[in-house]
Amino acid sequence: MTDITNQSLNEIIKKVKTKKISSTDLTKAYIKNIESAKKLNAFVTTTFDQALDKAKQFDNKPNFDQLLPGIPLAVKDLFCTENIKTTAGSNILNNFIPSYESTVTKNLWNNGSFLLGKLNCDEFAMGSSNETSHYGNVINPVGDQLVPGGSSGGSSSALAADLTPATIGTDTGGSIRQPASFTGTVGLKPTYGLCSRWGIVAFASSLDQAGPMTKTIKDCAIMLESMSGFDEKDSTSINKKKEQYSKNLKDNIKGLKIGIPKEYRVDNMPKEIDELWEKGKKILKNLGAKLIDISLPHTKYALPTYYIVAPAEASSNLARYDGVRYGYRSKQGKDLIEMYEKTRSEGFGDEVKRRILIGTYVLSSGYYDAYYLKAQKVRQLIKKDFDDSFTKIDAILTPSTPSSAFKIGEKTNDPVSMYLNDIFTVPVNLAGIPALSLPAGVDKQGYPLGLQLIGKALDEQKILNIGHAIEKNCGFKNEIKKWWA
Amino acid sequence: MSKEKFDYFIMGDKGKYEVVIGLEVHAQVLSKSKLFSGSPTKFGAAPNNQVSLIDSAFPGMLPVINEECIKQAVRTGLGLNAKINNYSVFDRKNYFYADLPQGYQISQYKNPIVGEGKILLDMPYGSKEIGIERLHLEQDAGKSIHDMDPSNTYVDLNRSGIALMEIVSKPDLRSPEEVNAYIKKLRSIMRYLGTCDGNMQEGSLRADVNVSVRKEGDKKFGTRCEIKNVNSIKFMQMAIEYEAARQVELIENGKEIDQETRLFDTKKNETRSMRSKEDAHDYRYFPDPDLLPLKLEQKLIEDLKNSLPELPDKKKERFIKEYGLNAYEANVLVSEKEISDYYEEVAKLSDKKLAATWMMGDLFAMLNDKGLDISKSPISAKHFAELVQSIKSGEISGRIAKEVFEIMVESGDNPKKIIESKGMKQQSDPKELEKMINEILSKNKDKVDQYKAGKEKLFGFFVGQVMKLSGGKANPQLTNEILKKLLKG
Repeated sequence: MTDITNQSLNEIIKKVKTKKISSTDLTKAYIKNIESAKKLNAFVTTTFDQALDKAKQFDNKPNFDQLLPGIPLAVKDLFCTENIKTTAGSNILNNFIPSYESTVTKNLWNNGSFLLGKLNCDEFAMGSSNETSHYGNVINPVGDQLVPGGSSGGSSSALAADLTPATIGTDTGGSIRQPASFTGTVGLKPTYGLCSRWGIVAFASSLDQAGPMTKTIKDCAIMLESMSGFDEKDSTSINKKKEQYSKNLKDNIKGLKIGIPKEYRVDNMPKEIDELWEKGKKILKNLGAKLIDISLPHTKYALPTYYIVAPAEASSNLARYDGVRYGYRSKQGKDLIEMYEKTRSEGFGDEVKRRILIGTYVLSSGYYDAYYLKAQKVRQLIKKDFDDSFTKIDAILTPSTPSSAFKIGEKTNDPVSMYLNDIFTVPVNLAGIPALSLPAGVDKQGYPLGLQLIGKALDEQKILNIGHAIEKNCGFKNEIKKWWA
Repeated sequence: MSKEKFDYFIMGDKGKYEVVIGLEVHAQVLSKSKLFSGSPTKFGAAPNNQVSLIDSAFPGMLPVINEECIKQAVRTGLGLNAKINNYSVFDRKNYFYADLPQGYQISQYKNPIVGEGKILLDMPYGSKEIGIERLHLEQDAGKSIHDMDPSNTYVDLNRSGIALMEIVSKPDLRSPEEVNAYIKKLRSIMRYLGTCDGNMQEGSLRADVNVSVRKEGDKKFGTRCEIKNVNSIKFMQMAIEYEAARQVELIENGKEIDQETRLFDTKKNETRSMRSKEDAHDYRYFPDPDLLPLKLEQKLIEDLKNSLPELPDKKKERFIKEYGLNAYEANVLVSEKEISDYYEEVAKLSDKKLAATWMMGDLFAMLNDKGLDISKSPISAKHFAELVQSIKSGEISGRIAKEVFEIMVESGDNPKKIIESKGMKQQSDPKELEKMINEILSKNKDKVDQYKAGKEKLFGFFVGQVMKLSGGKANPQLTNEILKKLLKG
């Protein structure tokens, strides 16, 4: 029998529906994989017993009309899960068990899936390599010395290593797309407001967005359809009709106009990235799309703008972790202030502290206008760049990252070089528009490389279609040897 | 009414000082649930029994605006003749405290929901307009309880997230009396609107008081101090008096006033420094990214405007016109909606002017005595109207009416029943009275002769005899008339 776990979500769903495999056997296969992949450190928590119960329930009374019938899924540990520990990769939440379920995960379960475990991530989703997690760094299945990207590094690693058929992450500045690119998988950051933020541990509220991470574009469409939707509990949620992304997935992109932004060709970019980009352009051209050179002139300000806006919001969002009501509380501390200080200095890691400090600084009186307010203005200009472009084009093609996966420890002492990894992904979050990364090639070491497709707000279907077309024509196959098993 | 002259100044050795006061009133919005969560807002629930995951700031929880609170703020703004802003923004005010679960308070900073307005005060020296700077919505914090345990502090989050309106006045107030009138008027307007119950004991209405002093005639304001969180009018007045005197003393001694936040110690009756300007919090305000800017449709504002109840100023005008009351009477009778409702019910069924006199006299005195609101009055408006009518028709005299009133308070009976059962009806039958008077005159022939000889003050003696004989029930007016007629004859 072929290994069911290395197939796409879509294939697995077909097999469940045609009763070629039961939910229980499927779940057992993943549990076996997870147990033999502890080296990757992708999981913070596993929920095997609960998953097997759910699988049994499904098998006893299957409903094959659901989008995710009897499918076990592991999710990033940033989504609050009812009665299951939710850590956000932080020591300050090491004992936190929510009494509630995030809207996005609830949507997944309502579509027939169930929880397999909680996936490691950078602490409070702050990081690009999954090295800031309190629960240890995650290893990229592509190579035992490589980071899986971040912050959804546990998600990308687990997905690429066949520890879950699909997964979800959150993307504040690239946290879905960059790890997808590093592991040869597909990741999509939806339009801001398409997926509810309710029940997701907040990093930067105006940028955070949950999205799918999958092996194929088709899987991505299935997952997006399952997890998205209006939620009155999130004031920034978009109230619109649900779309059938998987049913409407096409690969005919003839006549579509694809923008190629000149600002995405940065200095010292490896030749392979350029070559990958060229390859993408060529595929699109061959499929009948028109390539149009465009300019997004404020792109170079996106990274500094992001590193003002995101920490500012984070510094406020993380104020609630004070040891008073839940989570870690230091036993030291003579009075309230000292209790706060000890709790927060013992509870947070260095990167989180760094960003709280930056955020507090840029919001302080006397600095607010120069930093936060200026950043908000630049953010509007970045958004306007995209708005202007989308009057002429259907989508934008860029590389996902300026490099392939880097080595563990390579950038930990150089935050700026780490931040630079988000250079192509960050503008999209600032503009609130959707973008996906799909694997399209490898570098000379054989490490996967991703292409990014950016669409206008709520144009997920269009970028999925274009991605689908590239996927079929780029000849990429993720050949990961299970060296850890 | 003769108009007095405004005269509230602090006298120093070096001159006369004017006191300048501005108020930031925190009024709890009357609504079933909190500003951003569905938790109930009832006062007096057991600690931490009205707290949702949002109010206690659990990870991933998000605020959603309660529309009713928005409407209440707009109604209040309209009641203050203020500009309603179609666009307003909720900001985060960041600071750490154990009873502030989010680590920030959601408030409105640069773009409040309500802009400039005004309140009209009736002072003995004429009416005075007080400017309103703004009204904004914000969340209340929870409560830290320090005296339940020697080593621990307890936190009650029932109040956490309750909607407050912060109503900021311009520095237009000049005396504790004006502050008293301002708070009462503001409270009255909000109670008319049903937007705040104004209950100061339960903390529904509190104020930060900004006080400064300047030499009479100076154009420039002095340095102000802010006295935080004062929860009764009496304490506000005491705090202002103390604070103004303190500042004058500093100036007279050639010292500077520090701009600072102070506390009013109600036991020692003094204000104390809480924190100086240098120690002031940097709240790091920024727009709350969890909430979109609030955009109000003009139609909603118009609809709310058209559904507003009649407010005290309008009602006062109407009472003067419709019921023939003087300004003073009208003012008193519209001060509380419940009082005006009671009055209107009485006035519909009885003499309007007499009703006002008796309400403001005996009824208010009784309620005051018993510490009751008019809504709890032991005498219903209907019974009270019957009493007024009995006086008006001459059925009973004013003196007897006071007795009837007492019995009504005790028994709750209607006045007709009391008057009849106790035989308190006034004797107004001229024939009966004439018979009675003739009897008295014939018994006192000597005094009649003396009267006729010019000793006119004996008239009072005859009246007294009639009252004695009638048990006080003889109609005084008729008695006078008949006596005069018979004594002439």
